[in-house]
Amino acid sequence: MALFRKTPDERAEGQAKIEASLTKTRQGLFGRISALFQANELTDETWEELEELLIQADLGIDTALRVVERLRTRVHRENIKREDEVRAALADELTRLLTHPAMTSIEEPRRLSVILIVGVNGSGKTTSIAKLAQYYKRRGKRVVLAAADTFRAAAIDQIKIWGERIGVEVIAQAPGADPGAVVYDAIRASQESRQAELLIIDTAGRLHTKYNLMKELEKMRGVCARQVHDAPHETLLVLDATTGQNAISQAKHFKEAAQVTGLILAKLDSTAKGGIVFAIEEELGLPVRFVGTGEKPDDFAEFDPRAFVNGLLDIGY
Amino acid sequence: MFESLQNKLKVVFEKLATRGRLTEQDVDAALREVRLALLEADVNYKVVKDLVGRVKERAVGVEVMKSLTPAQQVVKIVHEELLKTLGEPSRLNLSGPAPHVVMLVGLQGSGKTTTAAKLALNLRKGNKRALLVAADTYRPAAITQIEVLGKQIDIPVFSEGTQVPPPEITSHALRRAREGAYDVMIIDTAGRLQISEALMGELERIKALVKPQEILLVADAMTGQEAVNVAQGFHERVGLTGLILTKVDGDARGGAAISMREVTGVPIKFLGVGEKSDALEPFHPDRLASRILGMGDMLTLIERAGETMDRSDAERMGRKLVKGEFNLEDFLKQLQEIKKMGPLTQILEMIPGMGRLTQEMAPETTDKQLCTIEAIISSMTREERRNPRVLNGSRKRRVARGSGTTVQDINDLLDQFRQMQRMMKQLGSGGRGMRGLMDMLR
Ligand SMILES: Nc1nc2c(ncn2[C@@H]2O[C@H](COP(=O)(O)OP(=O)(O)O)[C@@H](O)[C@H]2O)c(=O)[nH]1
Ligand SMILES: Nc1nc2c(ncn2[C@@H]2O[C@H](COP(=O)(O)OP(=O)(O)O)[C@@H](O)[C@H]2O)c(=O)[nH]1
Ligand SMILES: [Mg+2]
Ligand SMILES: [Mg+2]
Repeated sequence: MALFRKTPDERAEGQAKIEASLTKTRQGLFGRISALFQANELTDETWEELEELLIQADLGIDTALRVVERLRTRVHRENIKREDEVRAALADELTRLLTHPAMTSIEEPRRLSVILIVGVNGSGKTTSIAKLAQYYKRRGKRVVLAAADTFRAAAIDQIKIWGERIGVEVIAQAPGADPGAVVYDAIRASQESRQAELLIIDTAGRLHTKYNLMKELEKMRGVCARQVHDAPHETLLVLDATTGQNAISQAKHFKEAAQVTGLILAKLDSTAKGGIVFAIEEELGLPVRFVGTGEKPDDFAEFDPRAFVNGLLDIGY
Repeated sequence: MFESLQNKLKVVFEKLATRGRLTEQDVDAALREVRLALLEADVNYKVVKDLVGRVKERAVGVEVMKSLTPAQQVVKIVHEELLKTLGEPSRLNLSGPAPHVVMLVGLQGSGKTTTAAKLALNLRKGNKRALLVAADTYRPAAITQIEVLGKQIDIPVFSEGTQVPPPEITSHALRRAREGAYDVMIIDTAGRLQISEALMGELERIKALVKPQEILLVADAMTGQEAVNVAQGFHERVGLTGLILTKVDGDARGGAAISMREVTGVPIKFLGVGEKSDALEPFHPDRLASRILGMGDMLTLIERAGETMDRSDAERMGRKLVKGEFNLEDFLKQLQEIKKMGPLTQILEMIPGMGRLTQEMAPETTDKQLCTIEAIISSMTREERRNPRVLNGSRKRRVARGSGTTVQDINDLLDQFRQMQRMMKQLGSGGRGMRGLMDMLR
């Protein structure tokens, strides 16, 4: 297990990536927060403006209102006056929404672990898989990828290129093949010739409203479960950070159809803040596991709620 | 989660149902709900603020029309303002000498490559020859992707691999387009963030070299609040001429379209409604406006329903639906009503949240199948229609004989019916959808 313990360096690096991606646009919404709190008095307008900032970070109205209400009560109760204290309290309220149980299931002793990656079209699944594969490879796991997106044009070529670049084997069939059959093959190969410890399955993008395609995910899960006890051990939904309120619907449907266990928040390097994850965590109990911060395999970090919130609020360490 | 806007407004206006003019207070109360509806639809906060301001200016003091409730009156004004913001649909500008250059730009994964193929196919339908240009040299297998798509629809793709810089590729492509007497050349560019200095510079260089007549921002309908900054960023750097909204086949309300229109003022040209190359639709402002408001294409539907349905019947049916008490007898009746209104899939698409039902039912439950369903239900006894659970093997065989179908058909219908019942219930408890519809009919 020592392999999986993060060095302080790694942790700091991850935190830095998260914060950097969120704060790199100085036009930043949240740069304005300090200005907001620096005003002499906290008026109704201050709170309204804070609500506005949160909504603009895609937190959604309900979550934004709740956070502001809680902060307001707290500031009143604790008689908080100083700007930095208000900001810290806000950071605290936001961080509390993001429980963060570690993703330990992959580290459990077992011969083969399986991670299933799902999400809507173009959210960043395949790229995140490359990143994830490299992440686990660096932690000493023998990783194999399954190219079970047999639908999108050149999806198989794409994941094969990634496999080559990061030095990880990709099990694939021809375009149009049955994804369940690819999964079956990949598990067999992982268990037998490849002796892999971790199999990550790429799937075709699908809008959560498409009944048949969601059913297909159930079938793929069935193939996993029949071959490997308790598999898939994690099912991660890849969410594009620029997505707005529809992300809740995505998370709800994918959770229902594919028993999603957590999120990968991709494209956090965009100017969007990914604030919808607060609502998803609160409503559906789905934690963010990893974030994508660019198009290269290294642009990836374990999720860190503090760093995420600090990045959001422009608070440095 | 989303309560129907109409529903909420109804509550707001209940107390003033008899008064003739909308007062400032009334309008404020109503606009609070409108604001929520728009924010839930991902319309940018600032854009909402402006829009609500404009509606308020127009609405206060307005005489409530006889045919409308005050709630409907406000929604009507909101709807009109949304229509104004969304603007008129507009086609590709193909004036002047060929080849016309169309460049697609946008964030990563928004749907550019897919849309490039869709546009090429669409142009061919108008007898225009298109050349696809593979100018994404960054994303792994992006070139293979567009080549595969090109092959699928039999459209030539110009590519020079990943080593030639995209601006050069496009100027070589332009030469090829001229030589080959193509009408249009469609440039598929790599996804990029609007804040990426280097990559935005690349677009500027392409623009300077091949002078695209159309620079279209391809944006995901699920985009949130950032849509304004994305659109503005691209517009400032390269000067957009139009927008294409993709993934509209999902359940996103699509408020990003309003935001992007507001900051760029350029027309929306097409909607992407699926992964296949023929899934491109012209943009209908009224449909999109209703969708953003969370009303489906209610206005049209209401008109049609009003013509064909008996109101008290509809109301009773609506209540049953929402409670999940809807049985096969109601189903039969409903089918007969619906058949009067037009093709089923078209009707369902107009109801918010029901668009997906058409995907779930299609292609099995097309209009042709409606007749089969009708035959099956007609062959059932009253008891069986009210309580399908009593349908055992021998009863099913009798119904199959009576309707000229098989027991499998009966089972399929029962499965579908159960599924539909479940979904209706969900819709009902979600507040949107049928209940909203039934409210309107009241
Ligand atoms: N900027 C940025 N782009 C990303 C990130 N993750 C993926 N992408 C890009 O998003 C696009 C779609 O990614 P892909 O992995 O193919 O998505 P999929 O369709 O869900 O498999 C590609 O252009 C990727 O390079 C990220 O974290 N940041
Ligand atoms: N459902 C649906 N999927 C779409 C639509 N347009 C594109 N896609 C899918 O979105 C993903 C990304 O599309 P792609 O064209 O590769 O995006 P690009 O990175 O902008 O070139 C692919 O899985 C496409 O099949 C659409 O209108 N509806
Ligand atoms: Mg993929
Ligand atoms: Mg592309």
